[in-house]
Amino acid sequence: MSTQQSNRFFFNVDWITILIYIALCTVGYVNIYASVPSHSSADSSMFNFGSNYGKQLIYVIAGLVLGFSILLLDAKFFSVFSPIVYGVTVLLLIIVLIVGRNVGGNQAWISLGGGFRLQPSEFAKFGTALLLARYISSFSPKFRDLKSIAFAALIMGIPLILIMLQPDAGSALVFLAFMFPMYREGLSGYFLLIFLGMIVLFVADFLVPLQILIPIILAIGGIFVYQNKRKQKVMFSAIIVTIVAIAYLFVVRIAYEKVLKPHQRTRIELILGLKIDPKGVGYNVIQSKIAIGSGQLTGRGFLQGTQTKYGYVPAQSTDFIFSTIGEEWGFVGCFVVIGLYLFLLLRLINLAERQRSTFSRVYGYCVASILFFHVFINIGMAIGIVPVIGIPLPFISYGGSSLWSFTILLFIFLKLDSNRMGFI
Amino acid sequence: MDNLFNRKYIVQGLFIVVSLILLGTLFYIQVFSDKYFLSAESNVLRKLYTFPARGVILDRHEKILVQNEPVYDLMVIPNDVKEFDTLELCKIIDIDTVKFRKNFKKALNQSRYQPSIFEKQLSVSIYQSLSEKLYRFPGFFVQSRTIRQYPDSIASHFLGYIKEVSPTDIERSEGYYRPGDYIGKSGVEKSYETALRGERGVVNMLYDAHNVPKGSYAEGKFDTSAVSGEQLISSLDIRIQKLGEELLKNKVGSIVAIEPATGEVLAFVSSPGYDPNLMVGRQQGNNYMDLLKSPNRALNIRPIQGYYSPGSSFKPLDALIGLQEGVIDENTTFNCPGYFKVGNHTTKCEHVDGDIALRKGLARSCNTYACYVFQKLLTQKKFNRNQKVAYDYWQKKVKLWGLGDTLGIDLPGERRGRLYDAAYYSKKYSKYWGYSTVISLAIGQGEMDATPLQMANIMAAIANKGYYIKPHLVKSIGKNHVIKKEFVKKNYVGVDARHFGPVIDGMQDAVNAPWGTAVASRIDGIIMCGKTGTVQNPRGKNHSVFIGFAPRDNPKIAIAVIVENAGFGGTYAAPIASYITEKYLKDSIAPNRRDRVEWMKRQIILPAPPKPKVKPKAAILDSAGKADSLKKSINSAEPKKTTDLPNIKNPTLIKNEHSAKQ
Repeated sequence: MSTQQSNRFFFNVDWITILIYIALCTVGYVNIYASVPSHSSADSSMFNFGSNYGKQLIYVIAGLVLGFSILLLDAKFFSVFSPIVYGVTVLLLIIVLIVGRNVGGNQAWISLGGGFRLQPSEFAKFGTALLLARYISSFSPKFRDLKSIAFAALIMGIPLILIMLQPDAGSALVFLAFMFPMYREGLSGYFLLIFLGMIVLFVADFLVPLQILIPIILAIGGIFVYQNKRKQKVMFSAIIVTIVAIAYLFVVRIAYEKVLKPHQRTRIELILGLKIDPKGVGYNVIQSKIAIGSGQLTGRGFLQGTQTKYGYVPAQSTDFIFSTIGEEWGFVGCFVVIGLYLFLLLRLINLAERQRSTFSRVYGYCVASILFFHVFINIGMAIGIVPVIGIPLPFISYGGSSLWSFTILLFIFLKLDSNRMGFI
Repeated sequence: MDNLFNRKYIVQGLFIVVSLILLGTLFYIQVFSDKYFLSAESNVLRKLYTFPARGVILDRHEKILVQNEPVYDLMVIPNDVKEFDTLELCKIIDIDTVKFRKNFKKALNQSRYQPSIFEKQLSVSIYQSLSEKLYRFPGFFVQSRTIRQYPDSIASHFLGYIKEVSPTDIERSEGYYRPGDYIGKSGVEKSYETALRGERGVVNMLYDAHNVPKGSYAEGKFDTSAVSGEQLISSLDIRIQKLGEELLKNKVGSIVAIEPATGEVLAFVSSPGYDPNLMVGRQQGNNYMDLLKSPNRALNIRPIQGYYSPGSSFKPLDALIGLQEGVIDENTTFNCPGYFKVGNHTTKCEHVDGDIALRKGLARSCNTYACYVFQKLLTQKKFNRNQKVAYDYWQKKVKLWGLGDTLGIDLPGERRGRLYDAAYYSKKYSKYWGYSTVISLAIGQGEMDATPLQMANIMAAIANKGYYIKPHLVKSIGKNHVIKKEFVKKNYVGVDARHFGPVIDGMQDAVNAPWGTAVASRIDGIIMCGKTGTVQNPRGKNHSVFIGFAPRDNPKIAIAVIVENAGFGGTYAAPIASYITEKYLKDSIAPNRRDRVEWMKRQIILPAPPKPKVKPKAAILDSAGKADSLKKSINSAEPKKTTDLPNIKNPTLIKNEHSAKQ
């Protein structure tokens, strides 16, 4: 690879996205620094590498090196090696189930020695994204036939189930993000509607008693059937949907009682407002909301948040990092951070759409969708509108595995984008 | 690629909608609601209070009436409690395990992490044995505070008492008081609460999630140290207060003494009283209930709450108003045939003196004379013989003396007394009434009631020859000797100074002339002026009343004494007044009178308990706080009166009887 070539690549790289990336990493570093319980004069240096924020600085620098190394690789590499990358990540997911370290109830970590450890589920995301992109680009299916849908679902499903087994429902849930690229490539919108319908019915199942819910479903189904009585096919599927919907309600109830663990049940009940429990499971959420709420419009100032300083929010530097932002920077800070994310997501979609190759486009959608799921679920749980699912806030939460996996995820796409004029 | 390209907008639209949902929720919890901000404050901020010592109350010569004594509250932080020998702790602080569990539960309910009171007011000796072993009871610690202590056990009604604040107190104070604080509930403790309580100190501490203190909030900018309550110099004279309480021991009644020139209350005795030390300490609640149930209501503050007809002690007012209005002069004589008769009304007089003028009329407490003056006042020509207008005029004049309304003493619970206007009688007698209808008012009977304080105050006004200063209990607050302006203002009673001479002459004779009603109470070397009263009591024996002042020139003390159910004013009330006056002016009682003082102290004059429904279980306390002697007397159904009268020179009791009403 000549110098001229590499110059050309760097010139084509979308620098705006890289700037947002650096901005978000900086936000992360600053807030992780603030989340350290107390800053005594001895270790208050911004570069104390024994502390979380010191380590995060290393991760960020290493992440940048990693990212720019990816930019130096050949764009064809990702398409060609995608089955291998996928295979390795799946292998790691199997290994972690056998030799993994149990942290916080989930067997999700592989120890690397020296205090560093790896979370394979983070890396499974771009592995899956690569293979999905490769599969869809290989023959351009329009997702009209069941076979291609089933195969894409298999690519998505294997890591999902392996992560479920850890058990880490939160990370597994993120794999549903792959429905967006599939939708973009032709998967019927009904799948998304059915998916949405399942969530609505799931929530309704908890809030409305069956003797009210079932008549409502029957009534809606009835009206639909009546209106389409001429079109036999539509009428027929409407009847099926109604019956399936009612059956689904019972399945949810039974699954809820038999499958979910008590702590998962409690989390769901807390979110739906069926239970109030300030000292137990709800503690995180209440303290996080207090922290964010106490920030008010302009925040309490850097290092001035009492909730943050005095350790009232558990897991603050990792999953609940957003509470620090909310407390110390207020609504203004939250607005800026969410604005940055939204800008990044919209830009990624636009970048994806300008790709010539299907592979790059699908991969771009995968990146945007995964980031979207993480941001929405993470911030949503910090402000109490989504159940507590332990997944990190991309680029901001403390942790090497998550930062690097998001970096790889993003920079592969930036590489593909910079090469959009070439052919893969 | 038709519609598939458009799906981009659906995906991007979804991103935007979800972002707006997040921002909307954030806006609500951060900007719209301040609930979370307040929760964050209460998470980290703990206020630790230090309690100030309550102000000391002194008598007028700066002798201590009430002071502070340290006690120790056992505190607990339930979260810090680890396993320990409960039985041992119970034994040390003298409670049983049931109480222990109850206390602990109460503390736990209050807060898991904040200290709360486990057991209140441990004595010094309990504290000493506890402090050695305290290390064995993790989570417990001792906080010292002070309680009231009364060295002489006197002046309970005057001083009042303090008590733990009630929820209503907390509400009314708008958050100043907190559970466990003490507040003045009656007497000086209540009326001077804000001066006495001092200022609580507060340390604002920050605590982290593990309840570890993290230093002070805002570098102690909002911290304050406790400021002790202000010292109060009261007007009371401990010597005569003590003597008064002893003299009224085993009797029901009041003594009020006022310094006329200043309006300062020198003695304030209400009997039966109680030992103020009972209202302190862990038994306060029980003692209070016992006192509440006691016969003769020991908690009543009789000097400002007791209603008595002024009786004959009202007669100087008749004369003074008569003189001021010009309906009589000091030489005007009326004929006393032994009664005063108008229409069907006959007011009896105990003696037949024939023509009688002012000076003698007062000295002998002549009812007829008083009635004639009253008749003249209400039939003055200037009112065109409209007796109702004349009555209202008279009532206004009487009110100037502080009757019929509260005087505004700095004690809570003062009552107004009774004095009605013409409208009241017009309503009652359907317009057909005149002076003869209300003639009993002339001799201080009928529909007129005064508190002992009001009676003493009248004497102060006479002693001052025309004005009084609002009676008050406190000479100065704090070291700067602050006193309220209203307590130096002269209140004029509407009678010119020149009219007082003859009236004071009459009152001097009442105590000093051979024909006076209180001559038995004459003090050698002091000219006391006074007036006896024997007040009809619809519920039993007459009350014995004496009001007066001394010395005649430049008076130093005005006094009112009421002994309930003791009969003639010259027998009990007048001697008591004379002893107190003598003690106050000469600092000791003449040796030849000391026997009589002791005799007086021994007298037991108590009303029969009104049909003993419940046998009083509680020890009733007399003024000096010794319960035993009284206990016996309560159990006896008959009112006892020892009959070994000492050598009182003139026991020929001249009784004023009257039957004003038909």
